[in-house]
Amino acid sequence: MPTFGLTHLQFLLEGAIWTIALSACAFFGGALMGLLIALCRVSQLAPVRGIAWAYIQLVQGIPLLVIMFAGYFGLPALGIQVSPLMAATLSMTVWVGAYFGEFWRGAIQAVPHAQWEAAECLALTSTQRMFKVIIPQAVRNAIPGTVGFMVQIVKNTSLASAVSFVDLTRAGQLINNSTFQPFVTFTVVALIYFALCYPLSVLSQRLEKRMARGVRSA
Amino acid sequence: MTLVFAPIFENWPLLLDGALVTLRLAAVATLMGFVIGTLCAIGRNSNMRWISVLCAGYVEAIRNTPFLVQIFLVFFGLSSIGVTLSAFTVALISLTINVGAYSGEIMRAGFNTVHAGQWEAAECLGLSRAQVYWHVVLRPAIERVYPSLTSQFILLMLASSITSQISVSELTGNANYIQGISFRPMETYITIGAIYFGLALIMRFAFWLIALVIFPRRRRLGTSI
Repeated sequence: MPTFGLTHLQFLLEGAIWTIALSACAFFGGALMGLLIALCRVSQLAPVRGIAWAYIQLVQGIPLLVIMFAGYFGLPALGIQVSPLMAATLSMTVWVGAYFGEFWRGAIQAVPHAQWEAAECLALTSTQRMFKVIIPQAVRNAIPGTVGFMVQIVKNTSLASAVSFVDLTRAGQLINNSTFQPFVTFTVVALIYFALCYPLSVLSQRLEKRMARGVRSA
Repeated sequence: MTLVFAPIFENWPLLLDGALVTLRLAAVATLMGFVIGTLCAIGRNSNMRWISVLCAGYVEAIRNTPFLVQIFLVFFGLSSIGVTLSAFTVALISLTINVGAYSGEIMRAGFNTVHAGQWEAAECLGLSRAQVYWHVVLRPAIERVYPSLTSQFILLMLASSITSQISVSELTGNANYIQGISFRPMETYITIGAIYFGLALIMRFAFWLIALVIFPRRRRLGTSI
């Protein structure tokens, strides 16, 4: 029986690259979705606000794993062929979008009311007001929480292993199946995840502290 | 491309059974995890450095690794050293360890919101450290972070779906079986998605009821949680 060695480590690192790739896809997909949802949440039309609210409530009440299974097993049954990467990206987009939507709505609404009024006095259209005045300031509010949530994204890409996407976790399972050394294998897997996530956690905490300082001195 | 739900509803005993297992996992892990988390938060404020470092290490290690990897480590790790536990027990242990770290971080924030004057007053009255926590600090701390705790425990219930990966027959595990025999995956996952959503609502309501009982001051003042 093979023992855990350098080739296995290399296989894990290749898996880690896929984890990072999927995290990036999920982040960008989720960011687009989240921006759309956040804008709908602050829309002047009540039905649009309602739909976005329902979307957030619904997605936050369902496990990501179930969304992923629905994407991977459900879509092909309806005649839509998806690869594991595609299914995982789509599901993560839906899931991340709900959380970003809610964060960013908060960030947008935290921009002082006077800014909205001032933009209106300058006769900006509502689109100009949103994209030229409000969002640039909201970005600053949103950064610490967004960075913090990137940790959740990286960790939750591990669920893509359940839809046979060979990411870091799946690579660990495959190695465990051949070496039967679960302690070593999954400890190394956990350490790699830690190495990916911990810097993001620390960065998010620092940013949060810095923002709090800015508010106090203002 | 039509959705047919009848074959899913035929298996309602399996769905009900799975939902009950999910609730049981969530309830027990919430209770035990909250106790561990509170102890961990107290440990992080401890004067003994090694205790606070240990607690901080636990929290950071759990919060920066995926639950799926944690559960594999416990499940396959324990069986490789000859400790054979049922999948349900392993799920319970891993969920408890996981939620313990998160609620520990939340409770630490809660303890920090209690005014320094309260701590000092309690100390001046000659209360021991344990008495200070039990009689003075614990309840207002929980009260302040109660909404965060509620959300965290609901996230825990949703995360229990991951235990289906080590063959626990909870809601998601049973759904995988149902979709295998009915060949209707989309309908199956939509159905259990709705059930999870319902369970989340039930938990939200239950925590609201609990808050009514344990925070009489809030009830008197009419402040909402």
